[in-house]
Amino acid sequence: MPLLMGNNLNVWSEALTGFYLFGLPIGLVILAAIPLVFIALYSLTYGVYGERKISAFMQDRLGPMEVGKWGILQTIADILKLLQKEDIVPTSADKFLFVVGPGILFVGSFLAFAVLPFSPAFIGANLNVGLFFAIGIVAIEVVGILAAGWGSNNKWSLYGAVRSVAQIVSYEIPAAIALLCGAMMAGTLDMQKITMLQSGTFGFAHFYLFHSPIAWLPFLIYFIASLAEVNRAPFDIPEAESELVAGYFTEYSGMKFAVIFLAEYGSMFMVSAIISIVFLGGWNSPLPNIGSFALNDWTNGPVWGAFWIIMKGFFFIFVQMWLRWTLPRLRVDQLMYLCWKVLTPFAFVSFVLTAIWEIYVP
Amino acid sequence: MEEGKVLSQSVQQSAAAYAIIHDKFGEAVSAFDGNETMPFFEVINTSIWTEIALFMRDNPKLQFNYLACLSGVDYQAEDKVGIVCNFESLGIFNHKLSVKVKCARSGGSIPSIACVWHTANWHEREAYDMFGMSFAGHPDFKRILCPDDWEGYPLLKDYKVQETYHGIKVPY
Amino acid sequence: MQELDIAGMGSIRVTQKSDNVVVLEKDLMTEQMVLAMGPQHPSTHGVLKLECLTDGEVITEAVPFLGYLHRCFEKCCENVDYPGIVPYTDRLDYLTGMNNEFAYAITVEKLLDIEIPRRVEFIRVMVAELNRIASHLVAIGTYGIDLGAFTPFLFCFRDREHIVALLEWASGARMLYNYIWVGGIANDIPADFNKRVKEFVDYFRPKTVELYKLLTENEIFVKRTIGIGIMPADVAINYGWSGPMLRGSGVKWDLRRNDPYSIYPELDFAVPVPDGKDSEIGDCLSRHLVRVLEMEESLKIIEQCIDKMPSSEGFNPRSAVPKRVRPKAGEVYGRAENPRGELGFYIQSDGKSTKPVRCKARSSCFVNLSAMKDLSKGQLLPDLVAIIGSIDIVLGEVDR
Repeated sequence: MPLLMGNNLNVWSEALTGFYLFGLPIGLVILAAIPLVFIALYSLTYGVYGERKISAFMQDRLGPMEVGKWGILQTIADILKLLQKEDIVPTSADKFLFVVGPGILFVGSFLAFAVLPFSPAFIGANLNVGLFFAIGIVAIEVVGILAAGWGSNNKWSLYGAVRSVAQIVSYEIPAAIALLCGAMMAGTLDMQKITMLQSGTFGFAHFYLFHSPIAWLPFLIYFIASLAEVNRAPFDIPEAESELVAGYFTEYSGMKFAVIFLAEYGSMFMVSAIISIVFLGGWNSPLPNIGSFALNDWTNGPVWGAFWIIMKGFFFIFVQMWLRWTLPRLRVDQLMYLCWKVLTPFAFVSFVLTAIWEIYVP
Repeated sequence: MEEGKVLSQSVQQSAAAYAIIHDKFGEAVSAFDGNETMPFFEVINTSIWTEIALFMRDNPKLQFNYLACLSGVDYQAEDKVGIVCNFESLGIFNHKLSVKVKCARSGGSIPSIACVWHTANWHEREAYDMFGMSFAGHPDFKRILCPDDWEGYPLLKDYKVQETYHGIKVPY
Repeated sequence: MQELDIAGMGSIRVTQKSDNVVVLEKDLMTEQMVLAMGPQHPSTHGVLKLECLTDGEVITEAVPFLGYLHRCFEKCCENVDYPGIVPYTDRLDYLTGMNNEFAYAITVEKLLDIEIPRRVEFIRVMVAELNRIASHLVAIGTYGIDLGAFTPFLFCFRDREHIVALLEWASGARMLYNYIWVGGIANDIPADFNKRVKEFVDYFRPKTVELYKLLTENEIFVKRTIGIGIMPADVAINYGWSGPMLRGSGVKWDLRRNDPYSIYPELDFAVPVPDGKDSEIGDCLSRHLVRVLEMEESLKIIEQCIDKMPSSEGFNPRSAVPKRVRPKAGEVYGRAENPRGELGFYIQSDGKSTKPVRCKARSSCFVNLSAMKDLSKGQLLPDLVAIIGSIDIVLGEVDR
């Protein structure tokens, strides 16, 4: 199949770029839609299924087992059910905001996929400010959350929405500063270039995580801040099930709920992908060339690249799920304290130290 | 107290506590009933019940700091309702004593001791809810278990349940 | 400058800045919001409505509204004879059926003149302590969930399954047992019961360590519960608190030691009271620690019961159960140490009838919850959830 031959991917994408129908750039739209469909398929099926299975095994139970072997088709069944549900909009809800909230949330969390390099030959939009775009576009989620919370006309949703806005807006700062450390190590904001600068025959030794003795600090800071960005435990105060029923999406059911859920899992994968790209080499193989076993050469390539970044993304998703089912939830003021008084100062410190390393160490 | 009968140690302690109260309040309290299961006395002059309660709590030889239970009781034969309070001096003297206070069955009122022991706050609300006596001076006097607009007092012996409540048929 | 008071808008300051510029200023005031937590809510441990007046995230007042689970226990008792009340007592605090029946049985036995066989006493204590562990597991697990830790809940319930299976083997029911009767027990325990209980005790001991590490020593959990909802000891006694709540405030008061019943004087166990090293005395963490440590003490009691239990040779569990329970005239207030506090029964009997004249259940949760209004002043909303979880209420007992 031609799609498996890496070089032909470029041919295809260039052909699509030039594909116009009635004067409209349909080809470009298809090009942007492919990663969306791709991500949606596995982030939904494997993400949700993985969460249920992983949480089940951590809690000494089995999880979904009925639908398909080992419950693999469970998520498909859930989607079918959600599609058929009655679309309820509460009478006293603000209809426009209620309907538009999930949409904005979804858009905000998926727009960043456009700049993620999934393989040396495949990136949605090769912006030269890709990292900046990825950091900034996530902020659209905030509007969606606020619209959903306020539009539900429910005091509990409002609580959740307000908390979430405070949390996301605050944690963007240490997240951005930590990623800027990565950008400093690379010298560019272009995501594809950042990944290419981490390739080499020694595999993981070229990754930015091992680039300087201080690189683990921005890595850790970004990891923690990204947990807060996607409202995952221990920062899931906005959706705190035991306090706020379901936070800002209490009133949602059916397909709108599915859209919000999809957005959450999508953004989980997105931050995992960003952290793997900036600190762990993106689509580069971590295996080094050992003597005659040129492992690095054997495991690098367009399709291998997609495999590696997906695996790294999955690994971080696994860690996120692990943390969710282990740790209790931080209280709102403790969360804010953590952001402003712990993560932000440390982020500044790591910024300065990375800058010193980059300038003075050859 | 029955003469010539050996009382157990706990009843003797209760009797000693009663003696102190009887010394202070005299005729306002009844004679001591030293039965084995629940030694008690009754308050005759119910208007000074709160004073007696404060005395029981604060007197250095009594120090009844713990109100274990305040139950409402319907004395249908005497046409009265009342409360039975079980006191204990928790952790200090460990003596126990019970007190009964009665009032008229319809429209009767007992002074509230919610200001003396916080336990009594909800217990008195429950006694009112179930028996109908009012507690003078209660800080939050309203029903607690039944809905606020319920008719009648369920635990009275001659209680007849209401036919409908907000259009729903009640007896089943 | 002058102050205007426009109806519906509060006071507005009017300042003339210049000939044709007038500035209107209004102070930004946040209004208090009434937030109804419940009756359906994941964290209120049942159907409880807490009407909270909140100023942002800070609660100025949280008033509990009860009665959603009121099932007229006391009225039913007046129409049913004494042995028939036992299933009703099960349903008070449905997580501690054995302990409820125990409290009721010893209260009625005070008015009767019977001697309980020794083996019956040991069996009663053993099942009551097993039920205490089961109840504490639920309390700890649900407390974890309230604070966001989902996994300890499942570990606790996994272990509780073993206990519930044992109790089902003994009594026939998983939760509402009707096992401890007035004067004895319904039937003898099965032949291998003691062996299986011993196996459970050996299995469960290391699990308490695991639970400790997962939840109690977790930094985030400690941060969420330390210093929250502090209740000083004398105020707690004045509120009528008992059980782990009172012990959490530093008062060493356990009815099994201070007002002993059954064979507890013969058993050797400690009464855990926090000393302020890991937590502040009287806060949520102290109460949680008391429950965790009590489980270990219950294990000790169970082991002693297994060792000291008389054999079942010629044993009839119903030998002392009267054919017709007709207590002498009088009244009694009897109580027992339930996992949630002191469960007391005030029973008034007229000596002629087989039904009580008055049977009041003094429930521990009812009294513990009454302090909610004062405990919640000035707390944040997540702290309110932490406080309710530490009070460990079961609405069946609150509302009866």
